[in-house]
Amino acid sequence: MSKLLVRGGRVVDPSQGLDAVCDVLIEDGEVTRVAEGIRPGRYAEIVDAEGLVVTPGLIDMHVHLREPGQEYKETVETGTRAAAAGGFTAVAPMPNTDPVNDNRPVTEHMIKEATRHGYARVWPIGAVSVGQMGEQLAEIGDMVDAGAVAVTDDGHPVYDAELMRRVLEYSRHYDVAVIQHAEDKDLSGGGVMHEGEWSTKLGLPGWPAAAEEVVVARDLVLLATSGGRYHVAHLSTAGSLDLVRQGKARGLPVTCEVTPHHLLLTDDAVAETGFSTNVKMNPPLRSEADRQALLAGLADGTVDAIASDHAPHHADEKDVEFSVAPFGIVGLETTLSLCLDRLVRPGIIDLSRLIELLSTAPARILKVPGGSLAPGSPGDVTLFHPTKPIRINADRFRSKARNTPFHSWNLRGRAVRTIVGGRAVDPAA
Amino acid sequence: MTESTWTRKDLLGIAQLEPSEIELILDSAQTFLEVARRPIKKVPTLRGKTVVNLFFEPSTRTRSSFEIAEKRLSADSLNFSSSSSALVKGETLIDTALNLQAMAPDLVVIRHGHPGVPQMLAERIEAGVINAGDGAHEHPTQALLDALTIRQHKGRLAGLTVAIIGDIEHSRVVRSNIHLLTKMGATVRVAGPRTMMPAFVERLGVEVAYTLEEAIAGADVVMMLRIQLERQGKKLFPSVREYFQLFGLTRERLKAARRGAIVMHPGPMNRGVEIASDVADGSSSVILEQVANGVAVRMAVLYLLSGMHREAA
Repeated sequence: MSKLLVRGGRVVDPSQGLDAVCDVLIEDGEVTRVAEGIRPGRYAEIVDAEGLVVTPGLIDMHVHLREPGQEYKETVETGTRAAAAGGFTAVAPMPNTDPVNDNRPVTEHMIKEATRHGYARVWPIGAVSVGQMGEQLAEIGDMVDAGAVAVTDDGHPVYDAELMRRVLEYSRHYDVAVIQHAEDKDLSGGGVMHEGEWSTKLGLPGWPAAAEEVVVARDLVLLATSGGRYHVAHLSTAGSLDLVRQGKARGLPVTCEVTPHHLLLTDDAVAETGFSTNVKMNPPLRSEADRQALLAGLADGTVDAIASDHAPHHADEKDVEFSVAPFGIVGLETTLSLCLDRLVRPGIIDLSRLIELLSTAPARILKVPGGSLAPGSPGDVTLFHPTKPIRINADRFRSKARNTPFHSWNLRGRAVRTIVGGRAVDPAA
Repeated sequence: MTESTWTRKDLLGIAQLEPSEIELILDSAQTFLEVARRPIKKVPTLRGKTVVNLFFEPSTRTRSSFEIAEKRLSADSLNFSSSSSALVKGETLIDTALNLQAMAPDLVVIRHGHPGVPQMLAERIEAGVINAGDGAHEHPTQALLDALTIRQHKGRLAGLTVAIIGDIEHSRVVRSNIHLLTKMGATVRVAGPRTMMPAFVERLGVEVAYTLEEAIAGADVVMMLRIQLERQGKKLFPSVREYFQLFGLTRERLKAARRGAIVMHPGPMNRGVEIASDVADGSSSVILEQVANGVAVRMAVLYLLSGMHREAA
């Protein structure tokens, strides 16, 4: 029997309303006790957590691991290693790989690779449609059987209204969430940044807030009759958030996630950075009013989860004209520090709410084990220092990619250790 | 005139310029105008300097204007356009820039369809970079030649009202003109179809009108923009015919402007679309003077960026 005792940390577990200094005992990969002064007994490995915060393992429910097909950007190995370095014990990779994860072998490949390397758990998200082409339903049941935990055509929206209706209906057989990349491609067509004051000043084609909001609004109308569980990925506008808020008030099964970059940056960054392609993402950085609305949504509970939308790209791909650069930034190794420094430290949310957003809620939405340290939960634990300074250094990322706008930011709060299935992970190994 | 106040390596846009820098360019341009009146239209100012005209978008008049300016200054110039370059072979912009740099040019004039490219280039190469138009972002030498033309006719820029009419959203000419004219104390009024008016346009510091009459009323300068004909019949406007009815400048409509108002157009014009021929060719039109001034403004910019003014001082 393997035993691991995390001793003397401040245990914050919103799933049990717990915030106290105590010990966590993991036996054979499962949490068995959370209490003060647990005696380790013989053969127990001990992790000293004094001065650290101990939480249920963080789960990033929206990442791109690029494998199979784009291993020059990232692999399951490097992506999960980045996850472990950033305090995440599990990640949910999107299906826009090559080939697309619209079938069992690709789902199985991702899980097999993750298990082989052991840095973090991988919960693959399958495609809604074959090839993410938006036409024909993928074999969702087969993918779920192989280990997929939700479906999405992320990278692309589920554009066809009938397809959205049908996948909401069909997904009920497997009780998986349908995750929407909400973008009306006609309205956003060609847009490379938020349509607003700064797109006007810079002469860049705009991607208006309405392009996200019309899709969310339509989907909520469908959801009211189709049933199923609907989740908005990387929600970025005040208007979308209002729609989700109204949907929740009407009792609709809708949830949403926001990214750290939409919480911390705004569209003026494109001008301030002199057209840096590391502030080009989809959806784009929005206005200050949108950002403030998202922060309010964190505090009032409308926002369910924070996810990084970790989107690795090769330096060569980003070192081009702003308009032609690919969208996206990496986030696994910056998210926790950014949230601790910019959300918890100024008191926008407390630590317990942050763990809810980064662990408990993602587990609940994806219906995966974890998100809790209650006895019987998987032995997935994150240890971090809540205030220790860190200077973000992209050159030292475990990820293959360096595309981040947060390079050289000085923050307080950093991941120290992750434990997956009762085993301390060493991302340096 | 204190020419030594020019210290920039590049001219990327009007947004970054101080009013004194704008005046410096305009004053220098005024002196270069005289070269065009000489029997031998050439001065030795940039002898031995190499200027590369790097055009990633088709352009006839801007490129020709730069070329003439370069030749009149005795620079060695080279044209490098997308159709004849490695770009079609998939070379990245950065590689093109580094290759150029290896040939040690003194100045690079760049026209590109994407905003921000001149800045990107300027950060990578030692040569001075002149933005000859980047997408819908900036076209600084156009705004400068417009300002020179206005100044010649009105004697000043401050206090004037300039109406700019047409496709505001997709125009780099508008953005550079707004920056320049507002910095110099003029009032800018923009007008055009609502489908071609960018978001939060008022934050550019302009007045906004949605009829031609309202835009022109009392204006000292009426600047018409070229309508991209390929946009008609799609989602932005239904037809050239209807566009002309809404925003075409006619002699009758021009009467609403202040007495002695001048009519400008950055070219190339679509006669009968944004401007009636009798206005374009009429006594208020200064359109060909703009073209003449363009050469002088570009000579001034090439001269100032070459650093020759410092060596002369």
